[in-house]
Order: sequence, then C-alpha cells, then structure tokens
Amino acid sequence: MTVAPRDPKPQRSAFWERVAPDKIDYRSLVLIPLLAVLTALIIGAVFIILTSGLGSVWPAYKALFTGAFVGWASISETMLAATPLILAGLSVAIGFKAGLFNIGAEGQMTIGGLTAVLVGFSVTGLPWIIHLPLAIIAGILGGMAWGFIPGLLRAKTGAHEVIVTIMLNFVAFRILDYVLKLPGIVKEGRFDPISKDVLDSARLPKILTWLPVENAERMRLHLGFFLALLVAWFVYWLLYKSTIGFEFRTVGSNPNAAKYGGIGVGATIILVMSIAGGLAGMAGANETLGVLGNGQPGFSAQKGFDAIALALLGRSHPLGVVVSAILFGALRVGGRAMQVQADVGVDLIIIIQALIIVFIAAPELVSSIWRVKGGEETGQLTRGWGT
Amino acid sequence: MTAVADDVELVRAPKEVRRARILGFVYIGLAVVIYFGFALGTEGDVTFRLGDTPGEIDLTVSAGGLAIFTSVVFAFLGGVQLTKGFGKKTNVILALALALLAFAFLGWAAAGKSLSLVGMLETTVAAATPICFGALSGVMCERVGVINIGIEGMLLTGAFMGAVMGSIVSPIFGLVAAALAGGILALALAVLAIKYRVDQIIAGVVITIFALGLTSFLSAQLLVENASEYNNPGVLGPIKIPLLGDIPVIGRIFFDQNIFIYVMYLLVIAMTYGLFRTRWGLRSRSVGEHPKAADTLGINVYRTRYVNVMLGGLIAGFGGAYFTLGSVGAFNENMTAGRGFIGLAAMIFGRWHPVGALGAALVFGFADSLQVKLAILDTGIPSEFLLMAPYLVTIVVVAGVVGQARPPAADGQPYIKE
Repeated sequence: MTVAPRDPKPQRSAFWERVAPDKIDYRSLVLIPLLAVLTALIIGAVFIILTSGLGSVWPAYKALFTGAFVGWASISETMLAATPLILAGLSVAIGFKAGLFNIGAEGQMTIGGLTAVLVGFSVTGLPWIIHLPLAIIAGILGGMAWGFIPGLLRAKTGAHEVIVTIMLNFVAFRILDYVLKLPGIVKEGRFDPISKDVLDSARLPKILTWLPVENAERMRLHLGFFLALLVAWFVYWLLYKSTIGFEFRTVGSNPNAAKYGGIGVGATIILVMSIAGGLAGMAGANETLGVLGNGQPGFSAQKGFDAIALALLGRSHPLGVVVSAILFGALRVGGRAMQVQADVGVDLIIIIQALIIVFIAAPELVSSIWRVKGGEETGQLTRGWGT
Repeated sequence: MTAVADDVELVRAPKEVRRARILGFVYIGLAVVIYFGFALGTEGDVTFRLGDTPGEIDLTVSAGGLAIFTSVVFAFLGGVQLTKGFGKKTNVILALALALLAFAFLGWAAAGKSLSLVGMLETTVAAATPICFGALSGVMCERVGVINIGIEGMLLTGAFMGAVMGSIVSPIFGLVAAALAGGILALALAVLAIKYRVDQIIAGVVITIFALGLTSFLSAQLLVENASEYNNPGVLGPIKIPLLGDIPVIGRIFFDQNIFIYVMYLLVIAMTYGLFRTRWGLRSRSVGEHPKAADTLGINVYRTRYVNVMLGGLIAGFGGAYFTLGSVGAFNENMTAGRGFIGLAAMIFGRWHPVGALGAALVFGFADSLQVKLAILDTGIPSEFLLMAPYLVTIVVVAGVVGQARPPAADGQPYIKE
C-alpha cells in the first residue's frame, strides 16, 4: 500500500515564494498580532469612555491615527520615534532568543547614550566620518558594559537577570544624574543637570530636510533610522545564518542539550547579554546624537520598557521587531497628538501596550474572543530562579 | 556513620563550595578594607543616641575602635567560612555582619558627632514595611509554584487605590480597596499563568507595565485637577501598644507604629504557622514542589494556585497602600520606584520563608535609612551614589545567595493536568 500523495500545491513563482513563503504560519504571525492590537485598542476605548465620556473616543483615536501617519511631518516623527525602539526591541528580542529576559534595555540605553555624548563633545578636531562612528561605538560599548554585568552575574552566580537588570536601571539613572552635574560636562552657564552640546561632527545628520514641502527644515528624521534597519538585518544574519546565533537559540530552547552539545552556556549568556546591552546602548546613542544633541536626565523615556512589548509583538524576529517598532513609534507620536487634541492622557498608550503583550502572550485569549482558530502558544520564553 | 557523613560531603556540589570560598575571601577582603579605610586614622568618639532626647540613653564608642572590632570580626568570619562554613545560617550571619559593617561605616562618617540610632531604626522599619509585604506576597505565590514579578504593579495599584478610596470614603476603606485591587491584578496573573500558561515572568512584567500605565493615566486624568478631593487621604497615625510600647528603645521602634507594621507582624506569624503547621500549608507546598504528586493525592492543583496567588495579591495591594496611607499621604506617579522588585530579592534572600522575608526586608530597609542618614551627615559622598545603595545591595544579595537558596521545585512551571 502506498500512501496517496496529497494534492500538489499550485506552483508559485520563485518571487512570491520568497516574499511570502508557504511555510509561515500566517495565523499566529499576522492574524493574531493584528487582532491583539485591535482588541487592545477597543479596551483602551473603554478606558477613554470611563474617564472622558463616549464622545472622546472618536476624536482621540482620530488624533492618534492622523498624528502618526497623515502628512510628511507625522511620518518623519513616527519613523524618528521608531528608531530607538527598533534597536532596543532587537536588544530584548536577542535576549528572548537565548532564553534571557533583558528588562535592562532602559539602563543600557541610559549608559550608552551618556558615553556617546561624552565622546560627542569631548573629542574635537575630527571629521564627521570618523567622529560620528566613534561616538556611536562609544555608545555601543557603554551599553555592552551595562549588559555584561547581568550576563556575568547570571553565568557565574545564577543571579536572575530580571532582578539584576531592573536594579541596574535604577543605578544607571543615578549615574546619569551624577555625571551630568560634573564640572566639565555640564553645559556652560547651566546649573541643572544637562550636558554640553554634541559637536556637529558627531550628530546624526537629518535626512528629510531636502523635501520640497512646507517646513521641511523641521523634519527631524535622521540617519539613525537607516542604521537601525541595517542593524536589524545584521541581527537577523547573526541569529539565523551564523554559528553563534545557532548557539544562542540552542541555549534558549534547551540549555541542557546545548551543554551536552558542547556549547559553553555560561559564555553564551554573557555574550548574549553584552550584545543585547550594545544594541540598547546604540539606541541611547541614537537619542543623544540624533534627536537631543546633548545628555539630559531621563532621556531614555521608558523606551526600554516599550521594547519588551514590541519584542513580544514581533515574536523576537528582527523583521517583526522593525514592524512592531514602527507601530509603537506611531502610538507614541499619535499619543502626543491625542493628548493635545483630544485631552486624553498619553499614558493610555502604556495601557494599550500592556494589553497587546497580554494578548500576544495568551493567543488563546484572542482566538476565543474573535472565534478564530490557531495561534500557537508562546510557551516558556524565560527561566525561573533556579536554573 | 562516618561513611555517611563523607558521602554528604561528596554530594555537596562543587559550585556551592566555590561560592562559600568566594564569600570567605569577600569577608577577609572587607576586613582589610575596613581596617585601612575606616579604622586607621579615624579619631574621636561617636555617640549613638538611643533615647528620644540627647543624653537620655547614649552609647558612646570610639569610632576607630569600632572599626577595628568590625575588621577583626570579619577576618574571623572569613576564616570560619573558608574552613567549615556556616551551612544554613550563612544568610543570617551575612546579614548580621553587614549590619555591623554599617555601624562601623556610620561611626567613621559621624566620628566626633552624635546620631540618633532610634530615629534611624524607625526609618529602617518604615522603609522595610512595603518591601516586606512585597516579599510575603512573593512567598505566598512561589510556594505554590507561581512566580510573581507583578508585585511592583500590585504595590503601585494598592498605593493608588488607597489614596483615592481613602480620600473619597475613609482611610480604612482605602486599605480594603487597596488589598482588593492587588487581588484583582493577582487574579489576572493567575488566569494568565495557570489557565493560559503564559510565561510567568512575562505575565508578571505585563501586570507591572499595565499597573504603571493605568495609575499614571488615571492620576493624570483625575487626580491632578482634583487633588484635594481624590488625592488627599491623610496618613494613618501610629498606634501605641500599651506596655510593649513603653519599653525603652525597642518599644518606639516596634510597638509605636501605624497599622501596617502590626499587620505585617501578624502576617509573618500567620504565614509561618500556616505554611509549615497546617494542612493548607502542606498542600500548598506540595503543589509548589511536585504538582503531579499533589494532584495524584487528590489536591486540586489549579484551585490551590488560584487561591494562594490571589492571597498574595491581597497582601501586596495592602502593602502598597503603605506608600500613600502609611507614609506620604498622596499618590505620585510611579512612587513605588522598584520596591516590589526589591521585595522579590528579599524573598530570595529570605529563602522563601516568611520570617526570612521579614529579616531580609529589614536589611534592605536599613540600607535605605543608612542612605538617608549619610545624606544628612554630609560625608562628601555624592547623594546619587547614596541613592544607589538599596539597588546595589539587592544585586549583591541576589548574586551572593541565590545559588544557595533553593526555590520551590515547580516554581515558574505551568501545570497541565492529564
């Protein structure tokens, strides 16, 4: 008896196979995330109704959408906001791939942004082609150092990275406050903690100011956006095409198998946390060298926490992270418009983001609300205290 | 008989041996640091005031002498640690040694001056209270195998509800509402972790993010404009316990405090008795250690987990009200500032035991009050570094002892009934 072959699938052109491969589970990768976002927005509407009344829902969401997407200026702002989120999201995602939960992106951003600023204003006389990369590398190294510590402690003592990274976040904020007040770093004539301005040779150049539209000179989008896309591609290559990435993913899915397969689990953990820290550090450099041009307290502005939500939404895949980061950037930018135009607090965005994670992490919840099939469980991404 | 003892020695994991050795060297290193840093060249006496007013009960010691004594004790502890170790008492000894170190440090900082020890210990208890509630909440959840990282969010929501309901109705009602709010968040955690088997650490982080967003949003929408109406609950005053409150020194620190501290004592006692002396406790612990075995014996694993996680939420919510009703008197955005996570560290340091959790919380509270004290003494150490102290202590504690303490075996693992 031979088993009858299944109906052969219709032949697809190589192009479409590449753009949208058949093997992808579209239900869990596209449908469920979309429904999760939709459900979160609906529940967000309930909060608006409860606090501002039914009449505010439409103006609020209209402002949220137009503020994020309508017009060149809005698109520039959305992509600008997405830039650090892409990098910080990659930082969290690479951790998840190796079974580590990096809640410390916020602190790594803080340290990385700070070290980038220090190089940005103190090294003088270099052309931008050397100075800018130098400042960015300084940011990456600062973040790496801040990611190395929890990695080392996790590998050597078993201290859980969740607690250590959260504590290091608080420590990083204090360090920033302290350093910004030091003489030689604080801006001349200022008594509040704010650093000197980054030299022009270390600023990320703006890239949309040439557009033939009104107020084009106010478009703040800078080169960092494309650097972030480049880094996303690099992380994709690292995770899926390189031996190191294979080791990362093996340690993440089964540390025991990794150990018996000859992978140094401890060294891998340290490396993953350092790379994650470096990515977040670059996100911080991106903020200080790009948008702000100096260091100021709290410049990370919760982006490291948004990164957790969007890494989950993007299923820890670099492409998913980029798409989710643009969505979250849009939420942030639109949220500001919502606060101004509809008088609905911008913190609603945090609620919506938290709800999105809930629905992504519990796909059964979404599929039972919307009566659709599927959505694989995310399962165990992180590890408990003991292991 | 000796053969058995030898076997036990062999079974001891080499990692633990290495850790004990590292701790031993840390002790000796600290002894050297204390000797050269705080003992050499430090002159003058330091007066620790134990009474309400200066001169009532004073304890005057030589600051340099205190440092030398501390240095010797550390060297001794290092020696013991390197030779035979302290076994189960390691954490307790470490905590006491750190307290002694803190006194030597204070003596060095305040040489020639006097400082109110009672005031400092009062601040310690005050700072330890929310951390302890957080840790107890963690013990409650993790003993049945559910990791609760959402404690921070539960504390924050408790603080918010305490302020709002305390302003609108009455502070006592605020307490109840705060506990219930924590319980509701815990129910969400339980549903996600138990029913939908979401990764528990992610579920907990979500709860914290959600609570941060919700309280910030509501506070900006409602509280800022009507602060006197919705955010003005007043602070619950201290209640002096007759007799016990009159004991010098100890009375003021432990028995002349507000309701939160007494509830905390009662909880520690009740949970210790409940977890280790009652049927409920045995069942809870068995669910946390080996849910399948517990299920086979007819214990309802899911129900036990739901009940305990929600009890944990009630505890955390109640403890959160301390921030508004017990100390500050008004809600501020993100006012918990990581105390819930420090509570988790206290739970680990306290080896998942209520009494240990209280002790660990007092260590963290002491780090907090030390920081406040040193800021006042103006030692030349920048205030930012002092503010880091509780967080750094947390990292050191988690790194130093987590490998020694064993969490419940099924901690963090979802249970799937067959």
